[in-house]
Amino acid sequence: MSERIIEFRDALREAMTQEMHRDPRVFLLGEEVAQYDGAYKVSRGMLEEFGPRRVIDTPISESGFAGMAIGAAMLGLRPIVEFMSWSFSLVAADPILNNAPKMLYMSGGQFGCPIVIRGNDGAGGQLGSTHSWCVEGMFSNVPGLKMAIPAFPDDAKGMLATAIRDDDPVFFLESERLLAMKGHVPEGDHYVPFGQAVVRRPGTDVTLVSFGRPVHFCLDAAEELAKEGISCEVIDGRTIRPLDIDTIVQSVRKTNGCVVVDQSWSFGSPGSEVAAQVHAHCFDDLDNHVMRVHSADVPSPYAANLEQEFLPNARRIAEAVRSALYVA
Amino acid sequence: MSSVTDPAPPVTSGGQPLAERTSATPKQLHEWLRQMLLIREFEVRTMQAYQDKKIGGFCHIYIGQEAVAVGCIAAVQHADPVVTAYRDHGHALARGMDPKYCMAEMFGRIGGCAKGKGGSMHMFDKPNNFFGGHGIVGAQTPLGTGLAFAKKYQDEVIDGGVNKHVTLCFLGDGALNQGGFYEAMNLASLFDIPVIFVVENNGYSMGTSIERGTSMSHRIIAKGEGCGLTGYEIDGMDVVNVYEEMKKVADIARAESRPAMVDLRTYRFKGHSMSDPRKYRTRDEEQHWETGDPITRLRDAMIEGGLIDEDGFKALNKDQKIAVREAITWAENSPEPDPSELHTDVYVEKFGPYTGTSQPQIVTDAEESR
Ligand SMILES: Cc1ncc(C[n+]2csc(CCOP(=O)(O)OP(=O)(O)O)c2C)c(N)n1
Ligand SMILES: [Mg+2]
Repeated sequence: MSERIIEFRDALREAMTQEMHRDPRVFLLGEEVAQYDGAYKVSRGMLEEFGPRRVIDTPISESGFAGMAIGAAMLGLRPIVEFMSWSFSLVAADPILNNAPKMLYMSGGQFGCPIVIRGNDGAGGQLGSTHSWCVEGMFSNVPGLKMAIPAFPDDAKGMLATAIRDDDPVFFLESERLLAMKGHVPEGDHYVPFGQAVVRRPGTDVTLVSFGRPVHFCLDAAEELAKEGISCEVIDGRTIRPLDIDTIVQSVRKTNGCVVVDQSWSFGSPGSEVAAQVHAHCFDDLDNHVMRVHSADVPSPYAANLEQEFLPNARRIAEAVRSALYVA
Repeated sequence: MSSVTDPAPPVTSGGQPLAERTSATPKQLHEWLRQMLLIREFEVRTMQAYQDKKIGGFCHIYIGQEAVAVGCIAAVQHADPVVTAYRDHGHALARGMDPKYCMAEMFGRIGGCAKGKGGSMHMFDKPNNFFGGHGIVGAQTPLGTGLAFAKKYQDEVIDGGVNKHVTLCFLGDGALNQGGFYEAMNLASLFDIPVIFVVENNGYSMGTSIERGTSMSHRIIAKGEGCGLTGYEIDGMDVVNVYEEMKKVADIARAESRPAMVDLRTYRFKGHSMSDPRKYRTRDEEQHWETGDPITRLRDAMIEGGLIDEDGFKALNKDQKIAVREAITWAENSPEPDPSELHTDVYVEKFGPYTGTSQPQIVTDAEESR
């Protein structure tokens, strides 16, 4: 493992700069990405390094600049679009959902769309209903796109580099809550292949499956439950599309229990998809049905106490695990 | 010919004595001064509370722009709808929201105007015809068209009369770049809907100056003209001027049932939000605008016109400080929302985990006092 420790946000930047040095077709555009160094300082210094032709400040015109980037991708460029927040992608819903993921199919294979769309996703900053979207539920529904959601700094770099090299559109979901997190990140080339989940904590009694920031909630819950003698295996899915169901199934066959933790709403979500697939593959292995912990099925509230209760927090996860194991 | 990225020429007003440039009564002038002082003090205390972590999330301060909300809202009737973006405390207060509900909302308490569910960016006040507080840039612009549509529909289709209302829809200069705004203007023009799009042109959207983000920034009303809206350029740092000019705009929009677009030149004295170091603009520029402080301008003009003296001003300011202090105490004493509030207000009807809806205190209090 690399000895160097950097922040999650710096790991993201390293992936972008590394790929921009390697491939002149790669460029970055979005609100405040250049002169302001990015609203969350992910692109700090990139304007200086690459100049205004490749690090482009846009107006608050998400539909316009996302569509523009998709057009550019049709002609072979490889744009990275930063949405300050995925919450703002909703005003660009048509280009990112109706154009990017369907272009290859609609053109019968003539025009692909090698674009990366990235930005902050998820609740937790008391930003209220308009600014706290977890888009993984809504957008993972769409075939033709890939969805990556790193939970650790080394994955932030390795997965973003892979996303930029990918020939298909990648929706890359970052949590603002994790940007200051520090970790070992390899210098130089580092690619994490899509569709490969990892076991973050081995265990024997139950499998916890999660994506992105809630992986940390799972690790917290596992720590608590260990004190009660319950051993949790925690799986970080890393990409939602493609979904590495094999790693999950392997683990559930061992533990005979499964709790899926997903910060999007429960109805038609990655959580419900994982549960359905586990039920299909592990029907005879399960001691209980798959349990799910999601954000509460309500718009995200502002008040601190309500928002805490809204999130799939460690307490709610531990409750679900106990219930899955028939522990009162 | 100027280029599409030239800075806008300045629009200025004032100079002459108050009596010569306004029909406003001394009582009205006092009220505007009071409102601006209230907003200023409210925002100063809001910044402190944010630093003390009593307020969370994103918080956008209105200091410097007080004359816009106060002057525009004074120029319309109380029954005329008002809607704005996320920099909304000033509009809420100018519309008549008691500061205690506004502060409690930011404290995330049950006494907040939205029971603590909305936060700083999402203020709502039904009794005062204030329709939010909208966090997504430009989101309020089609809503503004819709509010004006509904008022006209009530006046004409339901009541069988003629349109009697006008809607104020505030937006930042950054919202000029949202596609939805053009659709909102086109619809308003097409259907003769009396909505006034008031662009609070403070020259910046976050760290992007208007010249860097908006084509035709030297003459943004051209964007409205493209849809057939009459455009007006107004100095937004002088509340008397804002009122006089906006009164004309509103009277025309109401009488002719037509939309309009206003470029109100103003400046936010603080950062974009609480976490903005303001490296994109110079201290010189900030000082230039600060010398045109809308509160000082009105105070000086009123002193010159013999409408207030130093002591009177101090007393008025002190009253606002007391009002805001009381609002903070009230907010602090208001309880956190009960966890069961997570599942209220999702649907009007009760079903499953959803427990229906109920009026917040801001509404029940208003009903009681009626
Ligand atoms: C659709 C959308 N994109 C981006 C943002 C993030 N954002 C919030 S405020 C803002 C700047 C808006 O500037 P302006 O409209 O001029 O209003 P001001 O802040 O000056 O009052 C941005 C980019 C958002 N809230 N909504
Ligand atoms: Mg602005």
